[in-house]
Amino acid sequence: MEENRSAILIPETAKIRVKDFNLYYGGFHALKDITVSFEKNAITAVIGPSGCGKSTFLRSINRMNDTIKGVSTRGQILLDGKDIYGPGVDVTWLRSRVGMVFQRPVVFPLSVFDNVACALRVQGITDRTLLSDIVEESLKAVDLWDELKGNPKQPALSLSLGNQQKLCIARAISTRPDVILLDEPCSALDPIATLRIEELMWTLREKYTIVIVTHNMQQAARASDYTIFMLDGQLVEWGPTRDIFTNPKDRRTEGYITGKLA
Amino acid sequence: MKRSQNERVAELTLSLVALGSLGILTLITVFIFKEGLPALKEIGLWEFIGGTRWVPSKKIFGIFPMLVGSFMVTGGALAIGIPLGLGCAVYLSEFSSPGVARLLKSMIELLAGIPSVVFGFIGLTVVVPFIRTYFGGPGFSVLASSIVLGLMILPTMVSVSYDALRAVPESYRDGMMAVGATRWQAVRMVILPSARSGILAAAILATGRAMGETMAVIMVAGNATAVPESLLDPVRTLTSNIALEMGYSAGIHRQALFATGIVLFFLVTVLNLIAHAAVRGGSGR
Repeated sequence: MEENRSAILIPETAKIRVKDFNLYYGGFHALKDITVSFEKNAITAVIGPSGCGKSTFLRSINRMNDTIKGVSTRGQILLDGKDIYGPGVDVTWLRSRVGMVFQRPVVFPLSVFDNVACALRVQGITDRTLLSDIVEESLKAVDLWDELKGNPKQPALSLSLGNQQKLCIARAISTRPDVILLDEPCSALDPIATLRIEELMWTLREKYTIVIVTHNMQQAARASDYTIFMLDGQLVEWGPTRDIFTNPKDRRTEGYITGKLA
Repeated sequence: MKRSQNERVAELTLSLVALGSLGILTLITVFIFKEGLPALKEIGLWEFIGGTRWVPSKKIFGIFPMLVGSFMVTGGALAIGIPLGLGCAVYLSEFSSPGVARLLKSMIELLAGIPSVVFGFIGLTVVVPFIRTYFGGPGFSVLASSIVLGLMILPTMVSVSYDALRAVPESYRDGMMAVGATRWQAVRMVILPSARSGILAAAILATGRAMGETMAVIMVAGNATAVPESLLDPVRTLTSNIALEMGYSAGIHRQALFATGIVLFFLVTVLNLIAHAAVRGGSGR
């Protein structure tokens, strides 16, 4: 019965289909029967108050919750029809298909080059020319190559915070993934850097399925195609961003986007 | 009023204590140089450092064998202690559960509390016979000293590099996990390089400890004053030389021992300078 209901709700063609997904931290039910889909070449924003489970949900899509003690899941997350929680799924493979960018730029105290190349080396790519080709291509894709003046050997920590976040995006796309997950990628950045990252997201949208968790309502409104509103581990409402922001169906959604529910 | 007076008293007392330790250092330095320099002048610096024979009864004072000995024993101890200690620290920090890490770390730190004479005793009763039986030679050797010292520097190596590894932000581990890295890949590619300067500091502290250790080495080294030709030959270090002969020396012999102290002083100072330069260079990147 549940399966059928899900099949009606979400289109078979979607890049990622989430069916009745539940996640428990020990006895705490953190995600409750989430059913939703993420379209290819679209940006989906996940909004909701702190502690509503939106980051947990995002981290479920590349199985970053796996190593947390006491976490168990029920339900399915299908990437191109394949259940990523199914038996025999290699998480290293999964994470090469689903890249992730964190709230604060995770920049290692290595060169810019090595910061990107580490993601490729993990995938077993060791050929020097291939590495430097992909690194260059990835840095160009995030508009960082010109700013580096063609010198990717400089220390990554000397970059501005905004550029560090771009570098993280470059790392996330270096494995040519299908999906990019962004966990509040702009919350540590100033407004100008934020705008740059949003512009970049629009460019990347042509190639990738993008999911962004954000606290920033304007960001969700201006920089996404679809919006998901979550509350207390439940999905309250999802649909085209315009509909969610202009004509929310659920009173809780309306309350949140108008600031009555923080 | 009262409060500011207390403040003044505290400040004055503390600065006196700080100056006091500086004063003691100065006094020790002055004393060693005052006692040792005449010998250096009389023997000649080059004869003293480069001379391969040490025969106090004939007034021949060459510390070259001891210099080589100190370097060999220290090098051997590092070759054993660094990989063991670093491996242990990586396991505790990155692989074991927090409970196991706490238990093992406190046990390893207990090693630091064992008096060096006990290490020497174990070396004497276990390591030396073992080497004599299975590798040949007298057993009292460079190898025996290296093994005993290698174990003695473990606590320093483990706890300083463990702290350096724990100081690596958790986000680095998450970041590597997000690109699909296994723990070992994360350690190799990011965590060890990030903790590099701390690990280097650990290695240098361990070097200082190995070079300065005396008692345990005396008990297992054999203490012959010849340049060792293999790892199985007996060896005498600079510190052993001072400790073994200071009790009955007089005149120029005594001064020569102080001069040995001067050489040791320079070695340790140079080591510290390298350490500072390395740590600064490491963290600057």
